[in-house]
Amino acid sequence: MKTVMTNIKHHLTDALLMAYSAGTLPEAFNLTVAAHLSMCDDCRARQAAFDTVGGAMLESCKRVRMDQGSLEATMARIRAAPDAPTPCASTPKLPSGLPTPLFDYIGGDLDTVKWRPVGMGVKQAILPTSREATARLLFIPAGAAVPDHGHRGTELTLVLRGAFHDECDHFGPGDIEVANEDLHHTPIADIGEDCICLAATDAPLRFSGLIPRIAQPFLRI
Amino acid sequence: MTTDTKTYSRDWVAHVERIHASGDTRAFAELFEHFAPRVKGFLIRSGANDTLAEECTQEVMATIWQKSHLFDPTRASVATWIFTIARNRKIDALRKQRRPEPEDLTWGPEAEPDQEDALSLQQECAQLDQAIATLPVKQRELIEKAYFGDLSHSEIAEETGLPLGTIKSRIRLALDRLRHAMK
Repeated sequence: MKTVMTNIKHHLTDALLMAYSAGTLPEAFNLTVAAHLSMCDDCRARQAAFDTVGGAMLESCKRVRMDQGSLEATMARIRAAPDAPTPCASTPKLPSGLPTPLFDYIGGDLDTVKWRPVGMGVKQAILPTSREATARLLFIPAGAAVPDHGHRGTELTLVLRGAFHDECDHFGPGDIEVANEDLHHTPIADIGEDCICLAATDAPLRFSGLIPRIAQPFLRI
Repeated sequence: MTTDTKTYSRDWVAHVERIHASGDTRAFAELFEHFAPRVKGFLIRSGANDTLAEECTQEVMATIWQKSHLFDPTRASVATWIFTIARNRKIDALRKQRRPEPEDLTWGPEAEPDQEDALSLQQECAQLDQAIATLPVKQRELIEKAYFGDLSHSEIAEETGLPLGTIKSRIRLALDRLRHAMK
């Protein structure tokens, strides 16, 4: 399976790409952005352009004098480091076609994900990131719906496999939905195939129905 | 100092190539003299104290030596490349978080980036530097705030007003060539 997708319609916003470049996003968002960039060369190029802005910022940054003997200390660090780093220390391509940044967070490929049911056939796995935001994998069976919910903060939903639609649009593999607090939506997986998404939120979701609201504290959704 | 800003981007590419090709310590010393105080300044503005900034800067500079084979001049200037290494160190050391990176795309041993492509990109980077330097003060301050960590993603304006169209297209082209070479 090819990882990079060519027919992506829903991309990251400039604000998110700039914040990813600046390094100010919470880890769960960084993960979701990195996963989308692995699938989308258009956004990868846009993100690299924001890195260029970072380069310009560095170039014009106020200089601070290095300590006496700093260069020699750095050369000593280089000499102390193990010889010739491996030419490509990158994560191997995952057989499932999952974006490689997910490998470290799952601790393997798709078949090692520890799913937990959240009702109506929907399953989730919370990934270990810093606590300022949450990243989760969502498994939505073909034709099923994630309970209607709104957000206090921002929610990013990246389609890894299958497709879903909600009140806004249709989202296929590689597409990312950026939802803010105004959006109340009910994502429904397409009939043809189960849908797997990576979702990041920086505030707890708000479910509209009574039962999901009672269940929320226990499920951490 | 004016000639410095005009020619640095092309010069620094050659410096990194010399470090990679022959472990050239003089090229490294010059790179260090120019970039280390800037990296340290960047880390201090991002909230590090002097001791931590000094330590992290030395690590960043050592990484440049160790990863010189991964630098791709068709996709980044040396300043940009060093910025990304310094930023990752900042996230690691100051924010105590991991930094997930997209899937690696690097030139294998069989294929190399095109010299002409590298030259055009380096010129674009220099032009972007100029463009940013001449932005209205208010707009420049907002960008600085975003990069030095005082602004969250929801506080960044949807329209950044930065002239990034050409540089983005060039990098996109470089990615296409790299994808093609990787097949």
